[in-house]
Amino acid sequence: MPLLSKKESKLILDPLADNNPITIQVLGICSALAITAELKASVVMAVSVLFVLGMGNVVISLMRNIIPSKIRIIVQLVVVATLVIVVDQTLKAFAYELSKTLSVFVGLIITNCIIMGRFEAFALGNGPWRSFLDGIGNALGYGVILIIVRFFRELLGSGTLFGIPVLGDPIAKTGLYAFGYENNGFMIIPPAALIVVGILIWIQRAKNPSLVEEA
Amino acid sequence: MLEHLELFFKSIFIDNMVFAVFLGMCSYLAVSKKVATAVGLGAAVIFVLAVTVPLNWLLDQYLLQPGALSWLGEEYASYDLSFLSFILFIATIATMVQLVEIVVEKFSPSLYNSLGIFLPLIAVNCAILGGSLFMQAREIPSLGLAFNYGLSSGIGWFLAILAIAAIREKIRYSAVPAPRRGLGITFIITGLMGIGFQSFGGMLTGDNEPPTVTEEVVEAVEMEPIKEDTKDPKETEESTEVIAGID
Repeated sequence: MPLLSKKESKLILDPLADNNPITIQVLGICSALAITAELKASVVMAVSVLFVLGMGNVVISLMRNIIPSKIRIIVQLVVVATLVIVVDQTLKAFAYELSKTLSVFVGLIITNCIIMGRFEAFALGNGPWRSFLDGIGNALGYGVILIIVRFFRELLGSGTLFGIPVLGDPIAKTGLYAFGYENNGFMIIPPAALIVVGILIWIQRAKNPSLVEEA
Repeated sequence: MLEHLELFFKSIFIDNMVFAVFLGMCSYLAVSKKVATAVGLGAAVIFVLAVTVPLNWLLDQYLLQPGALSWLGEEYASYDLSFLSFILFIATIATMVQLVEIVVEKFSPSLYNSLGIFLPLIAVNCAILGGSLFMQAREIPSLGLAFNYGLSSGIGWFLAILAIAAIREKIRYSAVPAPRRGLGITFIITGLMGIGFQSFGGMLTGDNEPPTVTEEVVEAVEMEPIKEDTKDPKETEESTEVIAGID
């Protein structure tokens, strides 16, 4: 018997493409845009969201029958805030420099709409194991976009990947730069992240016309 | 007085919540289809930010900071409760949002209906929590300045959502290629507006200092000096205002 049934693996795979939390569900945009400058930061952010969303979905799912619906937002906030405090304190203890770079954005995982969105849409109506898979899937979908955006911004903006020059040295004029190629400084400025995400959405919808919005 | 003015303009234009630090994007994208709804949500955000930031400043100052409890007595001076700040800040915010919801439902049912699900979701609007966390990270020195910071950040967010809502109302009559319709084009427009807002970076910094636009943003970017040739920002601004004016 396989580890995951077909339905369960769908929970993980769907958010990676056709039901992506960022490009389709429009959730969690804020941090997706702000964190995409440095690979390390993006990976740490993606892992933190993975942890918080996976655990949070399980906790909410276990409590789903005893939470009065009127105060569910507060309960959800308390659960997320607790998990985020755990993440934040762990980062401060083991990766202090990184937690400085991420500054307030670790705290902002609390208000990352993906988390509340998945709690509301999935964990409140499903069992813990399915909720866990859904949380993992959506966190991965979020991480994928984070890394794609950063890949293009770093490659086109400074000619490096993971900080390693891949297109040659712009000052010594080696590699591509010998042919007159220039880095596109436009990709480095923060608003370029928005435009890259916009183009990603464009490509995805051009490939899959069923996702196109009504006029 | 001068520092108040400086913080005010800095938070509205240079550190604009939407265009410089990308906070509150979810509701910014979701509620910006109509100007009227956008104005309602924007006003609610201004109010909640202006109330929660000073409240959280008090909490931070007298409860959370290392040594903040020394007003209780000598023996409490060594306590550091700052790890509790997330949960206390979000609790304050959730309470305030609940209050706003009750007030709006009572006095303006039409606004309540049009805001629909998004009113409770102000609680999870990153701009609100972001305001409090930035207030803590930037160590804003006084209660007055904290109020000022909350208010002006809210106004900055309000202007941003008003501008994008006005543009989206007009763009409905344009022939946008189908795959970009809706979300795609909104992202790209926001990006262009963000580039426009970057030109405000030189506004308060004088001649010699580098622009401070993205100081606190995670972007560990080498700051590009603001170039002379960024002329489109002003155009974007003006055209935005004109569009808003027509509406």
